[in-house]
Amino acid sequence: MTSDTLRPADETSPTFHLVEDEHGHGNGMGSTLLGFWIYLMSDALIFAALFATYGVVGTGYAGGPTPREIFELPLVAVNTAMLLLSSITFGFAMLEMEQNRVRGTQIWLVITALFGIAFVGIELHEFSGLIAEGATPQRSSFLSAFFTLVGTHGIHVTFGLIWLFTMLVQIGQRGLAIEIKRRMMCLSMFWHFLDIIWIGVFTFVYLAGVIR
Amino acid sequence: MSAHPSHGAPGHGDTTHGDPAHADPLHSHGDTHGHGTRRSYLIGFALSVVLTAVPFWLVMTHAIQDTQTIALIIFAMAAVQVIVHVIYFLHLDSRAEGGWRLVSFVFTVVVVAITIGGSVWVMYHLNSNMMPTPPGGMNQPS
Repeated sequence: MTSDTLRPADETSPTFHLVEDEHGHGNGMGSTLLGFWIYLMSDALIFAALFATYGVVGTGYAGGPTPREIFELPLVAVNTAMLLLSSITFGFAMLEMEQNRVRGTQIWLVITALFGIAFVGIELHEFSGLIAEGATPQRSSFLSAFFTLVGTHGIHVTFGLIWLFTMLVQIGQRGLAIEIKRRMMCLSMFWHFLDIIWIGVFTFVYLAGVIR
Repeated sequence: MSAHPSHGAPGHGDTTHGDPAHADPLHSHGDTHGHGTRRSYLIGFALSVVLTAVPFWLVMTHAIQDTQTIALIIFAMAAVQVIVHVIYFLHLDSRAEGGWRLVSFVFTVVVVAITIGGSVWVMYHLNSNMMPTPPGGMNQPS
């Protein structure tokens, strides 16, 4: 009985999760999604530590540039729009996936990826501009904390993009199989989670920095 | 498939397990939740646009002069937008995974609030109590 549970006879592809069909959640989907949700919560704690660091040392300018001098809010607004648009387009991809429409899912995923690439590109443009005018991470504790916090978010988005392109390849190869759907639901949570973190970044770092 | 009207009925969750009309749509396919509808995504998106545009507009146009008030408004709007995202994009509700998602989320919110709020609070008072500030010596009054 136990071996049947762990290794179903009709299984043709490798299984990377505990199969728990008896509970009615279907293919371990529920436990995987809860596990990924708890990962996201722990990731939120990483960002909490970085936000706290920025909150504590973010006013240490060491005679260097202040937020008001170096932050370009129009650029940040465009970046925020990119991430928000990518969130809604990912939502549309998930709706297409629930209808089992492969082509629609792929199209919306590609659009999401374009917005995500635009976000990372604008952020790198902003960073290179800051570094070019001497506002490097070494300049002051404010800039160290700024680059660490915003850079960590940017790295998350970059890895989200890598994951997204991986899913595009896998959907192309296998269609919308159950394990593909499970991975897509995890990526969807990851992507929306990063948008939530960005709300904190643009409010706590950029807007609050400029009015300070 | 498009929407789950049965979920709207409060107090039904514990009694409908034997009711095939309620149980079948949940168990016939792999996912038990995580359904947004096009409408819910669009509502969440519209609310997010407003809750993003207003703070940017306030700060960029200096519509309100008082820094304290403007900070309060933008932080309040950020908090509301986080809730909007969690509900409309992450589809968090009290039923998902038997409530474990909600429990872990609330726990995380509390820890995050203590970490950020507590750090800023404590260190702010340490700074103002322990660092003698030479008059006029700071390049940025705060």
